[in-house]
Amino acid sequence: MKFTIDWLKDHLETTASNDEIIETLTQIGLEVEEVEDQAKTLADFTVCEVISAEKHPNADKLRVCMVNTGKGEPVKVVCGAPNARTGMKGVFAASGTYIPGTDFVLSKGVIRGEESNGMLCSERELLLSDDHDGIIDLPADAPVGERYVDYAKLNDVVVDIAITPNRGDCTGIYGVARDLAAAGIGELKDGTVKPLPATLAGEGDISVEFRFGEDEPQACQQFAGRLFKNVKNGPSPEWLQQRLIAIGLRPINALADITNYVSYDRGRPLHAYDADKINGQFHARNAKKGEEILALDGKTYALDETMCILADDNGPLCIGGIMGGEESGCTEETTSLFLESAWWEPIEIAQTGRKTGINSDARYRLERHVDPALTLAGMELATKLILDICGGEVHDITVTGEVQPEEKVIDFPLAEITRLTGLKVPFAEVKAVLTRLGFWVAGSGDVVKVAVPTYRPDIEGKADLVEEVMRIVGVDNVPVDPLPRLTSVAPKMLTTIQNRRRIARRALAARGYNEAVTWSFISEKEAVAFGGGQDELKLENPISADLSDMRPSLLPGLLAAVNRNTNRGIADLSLFEVGQVFKSAAPDGQHNYAAGVRAGLDTHGQVGRDWQGKAEKPDVFEAKADLFETLAQLGVDPNNLQIVAEPAAWSHPGRGGRVQLGPKNIIGWFGELHPRLIKELDLPKSIAAFELNLDAIPEPRAKATKAKPALTLSDLQTVKRDFAFVADSNLEAGKLIKAAGSADKKLITNVSLFDVFEGANLGEGKKSLAIEVTIQPKDKTLTDEEIDAISQKVVAAVQKATKAELRG
Amino acid sequence: MVDTKALDALKSEILTAVENAADLKELDAVRVGALGKKGSISEQLKGLGKMTPEERQVAGPALNGLKTDVAVQIDAKAEQLENAALEAKLASEKVDITLPLQKGPMQRGSIHPISQTIDEITAIFSDMGFAIAEGPDIESDYYNFTALNFPEGHPAREMHDTFFMKQEEGEGSNQGKMVLRTHTSPVQIRTMETQEPPIRIVIPGRTYRCDSDQTHTPMFHQLEGLVIDKSSHIGQLRWVLEEFLTAFFEVDHVKTRFRPSFFPFTEPSMEVDVQCDRSGNEVKIGEGSDWMEILGCGMVHPNVIRNCGLDPDVYQGFAWGMGIDRIAMLKYGMPDLRDFFGADQRWLDHYGFRPLDLPTLFGGLSS
Repeated sequence: MKFTIDWLKDHLETTASNDEIIETLTQIGLEVEEVEDQAKTLADFTVCEVISAEKHPNADKLRVCMVNTGKGEPVKVVCGAPNARTGMKGVFAASGTYIPGTDFVLSKGVIRGEESNGMLCSERELLLSDDHDGIIDLPADAPVGERYVDYAKLNDVVVDIAITPNRGDCTGIYGVARDLAAAGIGELKDGTVKPLPATLAGEGDISVEFRFGEDEPQACQQFAGRLFKNVKNGPSPEWLQQRLIAIGLRPINALADITNYVSYDRGRPLHAYDADKINGQFHARNAKKGEEILALDGKTYALDETMCILADDNGPLCIGGIMGGEESGCTEETTSLFLESAWWEPIEIAQTGRKTGINSDARYRLERHVDPALTLAGMELATKLILDICGGEVHDITVTGEVQPEEKVIDFPLAEITRLTGLKVPFAEVKAVLTRLGFWVAGSGDVVKVAVPTYRPDIEGKADLVEEVMRIVGVDNVPVDPLPRLTSVAPKMLTTIQNRRRIARRALAARGYNEAVTWSFISEKEAVAFGGGQDELKLENPISADLSDMRPSLLPGLLAAVNRNTNRGIADLSLFEVGQVFKSAAPDGQHNYAAGVRAGLDTHGQVGRDWQGKAEKPDVFEAKADLFETLAQLGVDPNNLQIVAEPAAWSHPGRGGRVQLGPKNIIGWFGELHPRLIKELDLPKSIAAFELNLDAIPEPRAKATKAKPALTLSDLQTVKRDFAFVADSNLEAGKLIKAAGSADKKLITNVSLFDVFEGANLGEGKKSLAIEVTIQPKDKTLTDEEIDAISQKVVAAVQKATKAELRG
Repeated sequence: MVDTKALDALKSEILTAVENAADLKELDAVRVGALGKKGSISEQLKGLGKMTPEERQVAGPALNGLKTDVAVQIDAKAEQLENAALEAKLASEKVDITLPLQKGPMQRGSIHPISQTIDEITAIFSDMGFAIAEGPDIESDYYNFTALNFPEGHPAREMHDTFFMKQEEGEGSNQGKMVLRTHTSPVQIRTMETQEPPIRIVIPGRTYRCDSDQTHTPMFHQLEGLVIDKSSHIGQLRWVLEEFLTAFFEVDHVKTRFRPSFFPFTEPSMEVDVQCDRSGNEVKIGEGSDWMEILGCGMVHPNVIRNCGLDPDVYQGFAWGMGIDRIAMLKYGMPDLRDFFGADQRWLDHYGFRPLDLPTLFGGLSS
């Protein structure tokens, strides 16, 4: 909310400097967002007199003026304004002056052959209004040479403060003054408005009916109306216009300006109807579906049953508490005025405001709560201003409905202040602060009674009172007090899953992946392609159509990122993400996953072309390696994992697989991307990916000791033997390796596959698998016969399990 | 009789041949020719047996001296030739050591600034005895708003541009419509419901608001903190936050300004500004005379404590919330929040962190 220091001082008797006031506002919770000092921006503009205005010899629309600036010789100025004339008073800017309205520094010039040494300014050039039809035309008595800001009383400081939703009382300048006075910045002046007696008998011929059904919400709880006759509307007086202009409001006419003035001065929005445009019975009711209204902002709004309106026999006149209608509004011709001051339910106002999208000054105040005591006081203040400015006569106020403000008294243990803040404040100061804020404090023991004023419905309990005291005393005065340190070494801070995420990230980064963080929401198409798209995971109000579904997998986001990078010319890249995926909307439907994609020519060993090696496309084994390395870093023994040739739906069916710990506990998937998916999502051709469900890894068993198993090292040299087998080409190598290892579990310590090939000389549908078997003698060196025996067992075991034959 | 002249000539002849040997093979031929079984010196030595003792006494040392001299010279020449051969071999094996190496995986890989920042935060708060807590991104209206003292229809709710889930409230649930959590504060409730005080937790996580411009993204990250016990107050809240900010920004001291504010779930509520300098191209925290709003905080509202089944006259504590992305931007100088979620590889390379750059208090948060 904007106000000027000058206006503030209507309500605050103070000697404090502007800086003190501004600083204090922020300290007590009325955060200053901007301070604008007009005197500074317009300091160089002065009042001048046009001594002569002659037609420019070379241009029909220009005039050559001799200007008396009050200093030295008259100055020659070329001016294009139609209203420039001999003898007028205006506003002068000398060469070198910064013109805020056009954002340039004025320089000396020659215009069509005539020298020009300054400018006669329009209001727009001074940022005072949008008016650029002519130059500012000042009254004849304006003193030549005086600073224009001083003459026009624009030398005010405009302060813009942010009002939190709980402080409806500070949406009026009077409330701001009260808070400042409580903080020791001067004395609050008496804001009481003395009611003026009605000059016309009775309430006049407009009465107000409430037409609310029994079960309907009733946004309007109390309506005060007052009928004025024979008013003369027109431009409001200069002082009023200046105040409104200073805070960024456009003066309209006296009646509109007065309602705006009361709204800012007291935080009490009013609405002025042209009484002659009210037909039949004036009433408040909820709108009917299909009704609409042309509002004062020139837009038509559709209304519905949740919105309270003021209406007459012909239909809606005003969106209650939000904005009036254009047709029933006051104009310069208005002579009869019906003035509204009503009390509205803040929640209903907020709801209607949200639905219509109107951000009016009325809504801003009413949705924050306006003091019910101001309903009539605001009316009286407006009455005084209207009679002063517009003349006319006035009826009694007609009041419909009633608002009984809750009388709230809080038992306030004084120790609560120290308990919650650490601050020690003597009772006398507590009492003084609360009293200055308008609370009544009774008693003097450990627990006092505090009565809450009607303009502070946000004060509900003792904690709120603590805040009031603390903010006025100053949060800066709260002593900083160390949180007691632990008496032991800090215990483990992360859960197992949090640790897994951390380790997975570091492991994948170490394998050459860049970590990405992508949106939790993806398009429906992507979601469906990765097994999602359920209704419960759709957003009702997505920010855009392609961010509509909660992701069932991390891969779509990563693949979209691959596409974006590829389109920028970065085709070889590896991206991973560790984060949440959603299988249902329930808390246990959210899982922690790690996933990675390698695209283009990006492998663990090499990226793109290089003189040292051939550029390779990332394939299924690249993805498998990344998955297994991550699992290993997470402490999962790869020997315990089962690899099953049942890939994920996103994977190439023959070049992908899954990893599990038993058939019911699937831990991850790896593979090359399915060509159909590549086509569907318009992805680059070579992409390998993996997914890892971090939640599926079993929690490590609690161990009695951290000691590792005993290590026995043999002094005997190991023996290595190579075997080549010819097997069916669809034989899974894993089976053969396992069979070889099981031939002598005691002595065979390792089996590694070192060659795989298929060739015509092996026969159709055959392949060769060559393994190296490591034998570790235990107690004594093995004889050749013993080693041969083990070799026989290996061949037999492999034959039995896989039907593979030793190559001849 | 020994013909010393002839011996001298022989020696000279052999040594010349040694000197002239071009390689080890030629040298070997010289050696055989002189010292071999039928070599010139060997032949002479055979003649010693036929000499008289007197003759032998003269000829013996002369011949043996010759033999030794020649052998020494041959060995010296052999070493010389071997060295030359090795030099030649080494010269032929020379490579261009300026041939470039590709960046290895550890150099290519990077950690996202958000993950790094969370690790930094974790390091600091673990020292103060906090644990990390988490909760679901899809929350019920109850946990996101109602339990946190946001009354139905309150304008404060409107300040949270909320994403709603399409489906009406879950089956058999009376927790209202499901939403994407607008803040990490629901985890306060979930923790207080299940854990006995004293509680000291920080809650990093994704949060969502349907708002998108240069400074707002529909998804962002928050860090929530919660302390609940029987004595923690605003003086300690100030200490925790000032210590955190100083440690996080790695400066000697960060001046803070606590301003009274309003949040439905805290009372009293405050916003915190940090001292900063905006005069250059970058914002510098901990110096200068400007202020920048950085977080919101306050004492947990009695209604919130009550909603979790605790007695607000017995238990009390404080909470705060701040943007992780925001403090990361302030510390590391990223100009635009939207880039955090674009996964532009150039951005990740530039602003990302090395795989082994693990923030710790003992090693320093950032290197």
